[in-house]
Amino acid sequence: MKNNLKEILFNIAVLLGSFIIALFLGSIILLIAGVNPLVAYHAMIIRPVSNIYGLSEAVVRAIPLMMVGIGISIAFRSKMINIGGEGQIQLGAIAAGAAALALPGLPKVILIPVVILAGFTAGGIWGGIAGWMKAKLSVNEVLSTVMLNYIAFQIYLYLIRGPLIDPSELAWGTGVPQTARMPDSSIFQRLIQGQRIHSGIFIAIIIAFLVYFLLWRTTFGFRLRAVGEEPKAANYAGVKVDKYLVLAMILSGGLAGIAGSIEVIGVHHRVLEGLSANYGFSGIVVALFGRLHPLGVIPASFFFGLLLIGAEMMQRAVDIPSALVISIQGLVILAVVSSNLILENPKYRKKFLSFFVQKL
Amino acid sequence: MAVSAYLQLAIRILTVAVAVSAPYIFAAIGEMFSQKSGVLNLGVEGIMMLGAFVAFYFAWAHENILLGIILAIFVGGLMGLLMAFVSVTLKAKQGISGIGLFMFGWGVAGTLFRLFVGGVQSISGLQDLNVSGLTDLPYIGRILFSHNILVYLAFLLVPVSWYVLYKTPWGLKVRAVGSTPRAADTMGINVTKIRYQCVILGSMLAGLAGAYLSVAQANMFASDLVAGRGFIAIALVYFGRWKPFGILKGAMLFSVANGFQRWFQISGIAFPYEVTVVFPYVLIIVVLALSHKKFAEPTALTVPYDREFKG
Repeated sequence: MKNNLKEILFNIAVLLGSFIIALFLGSIILLIAGVNPLVAYHAMIIRPVSNIYGLSEAVVRAIPLMMVGIGISIAFRSKMINIGGEGQIQLGAIAAGAAALALPGLPKVILIPVVILAGFTAGGIWGGIAGWMKAKLSVNEVLSTVMLNYIAFQIYLYLIRGPLIDPSELAWGTGVPQTARMPDSSIFQRLIQGQRIHSGIFIAIIIAFLVYFLLWRTTFGFRLRAVGEEPKAANYAGVKVDKYLVLAMILSGGLAGIAGSIEVIGVHHRVLEGLSANYGFSGIVVALFGRLHPLGVIPASFFFGLLLIGAEMMQRAVDIPSALVISIQGLVILAVVSSNLILENPKYRKKFLSFFVQKL
Repeated sequence: MAVSAYLQLAIRILTVAVAVSAPYIFAAIGEMFSQKSGVLNLGVEGIMMLGAFVAFYFAWAHENILLGIILAIFVGGLMGLLMAFVSVTLKAKQGISGIGLFMFGWGVAGTLFRLFVGGVQSISGLQDLNVSGLTDLPYIGRILFSHNILVYLAFLLVPVSWYVLYKTPWGLKVRAVGSTPRAADTMGINVTKIRYQCVILGSMLAGLAGAYLSVAQANMFASDLVAGRGFIAIALVYFGRWKPFGILKGAMLFSVANGFQRWFQISGIAFPYEVTVVFPYVLIIVVLALSHKKFAEPTALTVPYDREFKG
């Protein structure tokens, strides 16, 4: 147990180190752009934690990040790089929205699970396509999920512009591409008056724990992870590797689909443009920061929720484009995957630690 | 429609296809070098975004297209250096680090664009270079010889890269490092150095491909300008089986198919606008499904080389 704690602390130290390196490299970009990095980072990191609005919005962003992040963790553990989160979120959102609009009469306790399941199904199918193509046709899943993102986006736009557009948008001739408002019986309750934080956070955390049990406490989960870690051994042991690859991608896409449904019934109460907000990509960073473990992803999603709202506050306060946060997340990915050298390879870890011990 | 009208149409589609295939050729040939040496660089899209912005910026603010293109190549090289450092020296997982590089390039291009430019601005762009005499050749003249200089460069790159890869000592080293790095190392080939060279060369070409999009094709910059072309280029490497002429064939087929699709759209045959936008991406998925990559992939692709590891 003591060793375990030491391991976790070492992991956290390395992750924070990677994050700081990423911020440092990001500041070079800011200097080139003629912006004082201290001003930018102060606005991005300190502002959101200093008021209730910032904290509430951080949780609002943490919810989809958590779902997508856990989904991507599952895929990564099966050695599937799922970067189709965006498309899976969007299709999950549209399926959830359609389900809620079609069944407004159902009581809340039934409708909300139905809506979440609809999102899971749509996202799961979209992820499953990439998984199937990988398993059967050995199509590189990074490329297929990217292409599926573009396709999903057009399906999404087509549906909210056409068949699913709010009838009143047509009646008034405004034509904003969005669906009608979701029925009240499908909507997550707001937790604080005047803030957007909603009860979906509890659902998300419950799902996170469910996935943990599924992956670490069942034979199914053991096989799923074995397929990623030792595909040949798993194959010899009689595990159908192909089947588990597809299942991993279905679960992965399904969780992103749930993120989409929660965005619809928790935040926007409609399906509208820009709903996926790059969560599909940010989820990759969250998954890596959570060390591909559902219980690690929970704190990681709050951390990056803060960073995302921080970036928006920075844009409003000091006029530095919030797109900066995308590049910082990219740098965090680079730093974290590089740090795996010392986290996972005992030889380099020893070198690294002895280097530090000498300095101290 | 009379026969000559069909002919005119075919010429028009082919002419456009030759022009739009150039950025795919640059990026895919670059990625081919990187993969041949054993490094999967999935950051091409991000490098193209940054290259497109840099070239656009200097063409717009300083009215110097040449400087813009050179700097786009240079910035691409820097991105390649970063990718090589992370994936060769630090032995990071290449699939994921490529996504990191993609997001880095995307974010930096978006940030700088909003800070320095703000909104949509158009530029005059690179002029077509009509090769005197050749342009007037029947049919072929229009198709092959009515383009800007970068198009000729792209098509020249194909045989040149074939020659370099298969007929020079350096090309032999690249192939050795990407298939049997330990044997190559034993032969005294510096695996790390060759991989750095290939990743940086590939990224410079990706920077050039991005520059092409902004200063030679769209004559503007927007945050969605690259629109997946970097990933499409990687798909074309698979389709072309890691061979320059295979890549050329893939880029041309893809561009011609897109040209036909756009003609359908213009000619007023009714189907939803979204279908036409989706077409290239569906096409690439089909292409990927049809190219069984397992048979031609460099055997050490995505495997970091560890000298001390006796596996």
